[in-house]
Amino acid sequence: MNGDAIVLERLTKRYGGETVVDELDLTVANGELFALLGPNGAGKTTTVEIIEGYRRPDGGTVRVFGHDPRREGGRIRPQLGLMLQSGGLYSQLRPIEAVELFAAFYPDPLDPAQLLAQVGLARAARTRYRDLSGGERQRLSLALAIVGRPRLAILDEPTGAMDAQARRETWRVLRELRERGTTILLTTHLLDEAEALADRVAILDRGRLVALGTPAELRRGLGLAPRAAHDGTVPAAPDGAPHGQAATDPAAPALDLREVRLELPGPLDADRLAGLGRLGAVQALRIDRPGVYVLRTPATGELLVELSTWLLAVGIEPLAIRVGQGSLEDVFLRLVGEGSGA
Amino acid sequence: MTPAQAWRAFLAQARVELLLTARRGENLLVTLAIPLLLLVFFSTVPLLPPPSWGGRQVDQVAPGILALAIVSTGLVSLGIATAFERAYGVLKRLGGSPLPRSALLAAKTLAVVATEVVQVLLIAIVAAMLGWAPQGGIVGGILGALPWLLLGSIAFCAMGLLLAGALRAEAVLALANGIYLVFLLLGGIIIPLDHLPLAVAIPASFLPPAQLAGLLRGTLEPGGVVEPAQAAGLAAWAVALVAATLFTFRTE
Repeated sequence: MNGDAIVLERLTKRYGGETVVDELDLTVANGELFALLGPNGAGKTTTVEIIEGYRRPDGGTVRVFGHDPRREGGRIRPQLGLMLQSGGLYSQLRPIEAVELFAAFYPDPLDPAQLLAQVGLARAARTRYRDLSGGERQRLSLALAIVGRPRLAILDEPTGAMDAQARRETWRVLRELRERGTTILLTTHLLDEAEALADRVAILDRGRLVALGTPAELRRGLGLAPRAAHDGTVPAAPDGAPHGQAATDPAAPALDLREVRLELPGPLDADRLAGLGRLGAVQALRIDRPGVYVLRTPATGELLVELSTWLLAVGIEPLAIRVGQGSLEDVFLRLVGEGSGA
Repeated sequence: MTPAQAWRAFLAQARVELLLTARRGENLLVTLAIPLLLLVFFSTVPLLPPPSWGGRQVDQVAPGILALAIVSTGLVSLGIATAFERAYGVLKRLGGSPLPRSALLAAKTLAVVATEVVQVLLIAIVAAMLGWAPQGGIVGGILGALPWLLLGSIAFCAMGLLLAGALRAEAVLALANGIYLVFLLLGGIIIPLDHLPLAVAIPASFLPPAQLAGLLRGTLEPGGVVEPAQAAGLAAWAVALVAATLFTFRTE
């Protein structure tokens, strides 16, 4: 058991000739909120469905609290709360009835009515499932996953169909759950979700682990999986810097995403764009979207001086200049952005 | 899971199954309204040849209607409901919960039995009002028919689940209703098999609805005799259908 809720070793799953999960090694510690992040088709759902015991791996091992989920599912399920992407409910059942049903499956459940209020379904408690919106169904699904006070909650895209406000409320519920000691594994394709919630994030791309670490570590460019770096899975950064090789040394300066983000009232013409790129402290220039430029630099202070001078010279008032180490999104896009539809 | 906990899970699931059975309006149409309508219609409108033993028309209609009730509950109602539970991911979700599979099956069985008890009671009451006088009296006749009702339930529930666990829900919806109609017309349910052309009657006699209807007629019709071959045939169907269902059923 040694304090780990989930241990995956060289987990592999193939569908037809395609490898959907490729020798995945992961450990989720007890009490941790762990996010599996990746674009659609990265293998997130397949991975969690193997952990949940729904699918048989083609290679490698899975242990949940030290048990094999397929052969010893009966021992694991009472400690598990699941939110499936494809798990529906009786169309004629009302949320309160559904939560009461699932509450009866566990020895010490939460109070169904209170739980519905907590996930924001108090008013829809007596609406039949078929008449609930997509977001409401997801809230109900979350309630069903946590009503039994599980030791481990596995949530597959828990906020997928929710609007921004519902998403924030769900984040609050998940944080409270974690504070009470529940281990949470969630999948998401939303960077801000992983960044806002997770203790640790694993980035998956085409079934492979391409990065693993805390959101802060990933933002600093640490935590790239060594294997991904060796075999060149990490695409080159937009400026062509050799990140693939540098990734083997976490301290390598090329991975340090010190960036200045410049927002202008409108896009620059080609001459001015070239001028911006020629500033001495600019190591790389990326157009984020028209009018928004990300400058990578080894010397932030120097760049700011140059930038101010240049802006004054060309007569442009910037809307915003932000200095930072880049967001998780930058890391994510560098790792999986190319060719995977992220 | 402790036995007490499993029992609690079963009770909760059974409550939901019964609740849903009552809430599915289209279910009540096929399980109650259609059999009762056909019972009244064919017992009062002289479309069928009169019974050979000279009794009332209801005496030869009621046993077939009881068979129809069993077919509608197992094949149509259970089959279609389960197919949609599978398509909507309900079975998958329950499979990931601590609810033991045996408790789910027991709860579904309870809902089926409850439906059939209501069906048999209502059919018996309406038939009694139409002057039904089965062999052994109404209560005695129905008690005598219980083994066949049970055996038929197993066979037709398995048939419904066989479709539900293998085909798309829309296909189950169409197919279950289609088979129901064929069974209704050619299964010896309304029209006794000996009134049908031989080319239809002989193959139909090997099918479970004709066997169930035949066993019920043998038990309930005045002067009727149960044919052991029909009992053996229906039992064989029940075993084969249950085995096929266990072998092929997929929850996803």
